[in-house]
Amino acid sequence: MSSDQERILARAAREVAPGQIVNLGIGLPTRLFHYLPPEMEVLVHSENGVLGCQPLVAGGEPDLEMIDSGGAYIGARPGASVFDSALSFAMIRRSRVDVTFMGAFEVDQQGNLANWKIPGKFSPGIGGAMELAQKVETLVVLCSHNDKHGQPKILRQCRLPLTAPRCVTLIITEKAVMQVTDAGLEVLDIAEGLDVATLRAATEADLIIDEERLGRF
Amino acid sequence: MTLLNQKHATIEAAIATIPDGASIMVGGFGSPGTPFALLDELLAQGQKHLTLIKNDANEPDIGIGRLIRAGRVDRLITSHIGLNRVAIEEMNQGRLAVEMHPQGLLAEKIRCAGAGHYGFLTDIGLGTEIAEGRREIECDGQTWAIEPAIRADLALVHADLADAYGNLVYRGTAINFNPLMAMAADRVIAQAFRVEAPGHLPPETIHTPCAFVSQVVRVDEATSEQGRRAHVI
Repeated sequence: MSSDQERILARAAREVAPGQIVNLGIGLPTRLFHYLPPEMEVLVHSENGVLGCQPLVAGGEPDLEMIDSGGAYIGARPGASVFDSALSFAMIRRSRVDVTFMGAFEVDQQGNLANWKIPGKFSPGIGGAMELAQKVETLVVLCSHNDKHGQPKILRQCRLPLTAPRCVTLIITEKAVMQVTDAGLEVLDIAEGLDVATLRAATEADLIIDEERLGRF
Repeated sequence: MTLLNQKHATIEAAIATIPDGASIMVGGFGSPGTPFALLDELLAQGQKHLTLIKNDANEPDIGIGRLIRAGRVDRLITSHIGLNRVAIEEMNQGRLAVEMHPQGLLAEKIRCAGAGHYGFLTDIGLGTEIAEGRREIECDGQTWAIEPAIRADLALVHADLADAYGNLVYRGTAINFNPLMAMAADRVIAQAFRVEAPGHLPPETIHTPCAFVSQVVRVDEATSEQGRRAHVI
């Protein structure tokens, strides 16, 4: 894992509070598992039908009937439950999941999120992302600040098909932590060693930055 | 519906009841809960022009992936096929018609058919491209999309335990779509690792009551061809 991803995950772990129910999206967010203190009382929800996922003990024999939504073999922690897919999504639609972490192709300053389809290139289906994005109270996007060609992913307006409109609470990239507010995208933290001008140059969205209050991570 | 005392069947006899052109719900989210033995028998018997309804397309060489690769599936109603490059290629080449739904809506459409309803009203997907082509109505000052239920001719489900009447108990994350599909199809064929005499399963542990199950087939837990199959990823 790159140091950029480690920076994102270490910062993201601070957004989880003891006692919460947390959903971790496929890809980078799944690895947040390993950044949560083992003794922390948190139940990780996976939309295939489990509340209380636990990483497998290294070298342990997997139970082939226990996976998370990304297909990784998992265990169940004390207090866990398993259930069918309709119930799992009822839990999501009724906002019983406190916080969800997701990747993004694009996210914009209104809090719109696009993370499921690139027309003509990538359309495997939306899976559970739409209901999570629309109904979970706190949605934290974990993604690289720019795509592999260096183009900004934090935009004024998403161009790809939306997963859900106005659903994002917080965006954590390797460069900044940005909160979606009514006034726009407010930078809470900037990466150690990065200056504001460089951050603005790497970002298409208009950023609200108060240098007096700016945190480092 | 099959009489209670005549449900315990051989796998060959149970799958032989499926005609060409059938619409078939298939349990499973990835590998867990996928009725691999029933699907392999369906592959062996040769039924074609099938419509399958499954959360995903498994992976290319297991489960419904084998049926898709063999060209036996005309249409797939699903939520996400990202783990099956063959299914994506068949879709892109126009050989496989794929209908995608958000996962929770797919589950609810099946649950709704199983509960005997026409459909339900939802706000999921409003303002996104999923909403295109859906009927919307105003109720109590709010806009709702109409989501019709999805039924099928058959459901193939995987249970951990069953009894000879067809009562079913699922295990772990192999529950997923199985109990929903077991209520939403006209005929339900269940595979299970153990099929007990009636009375062996405590009544309060039954997930799917036998009234919904047409036939139950015992499959061998110990062999990879019949039992659980590992996820590749």
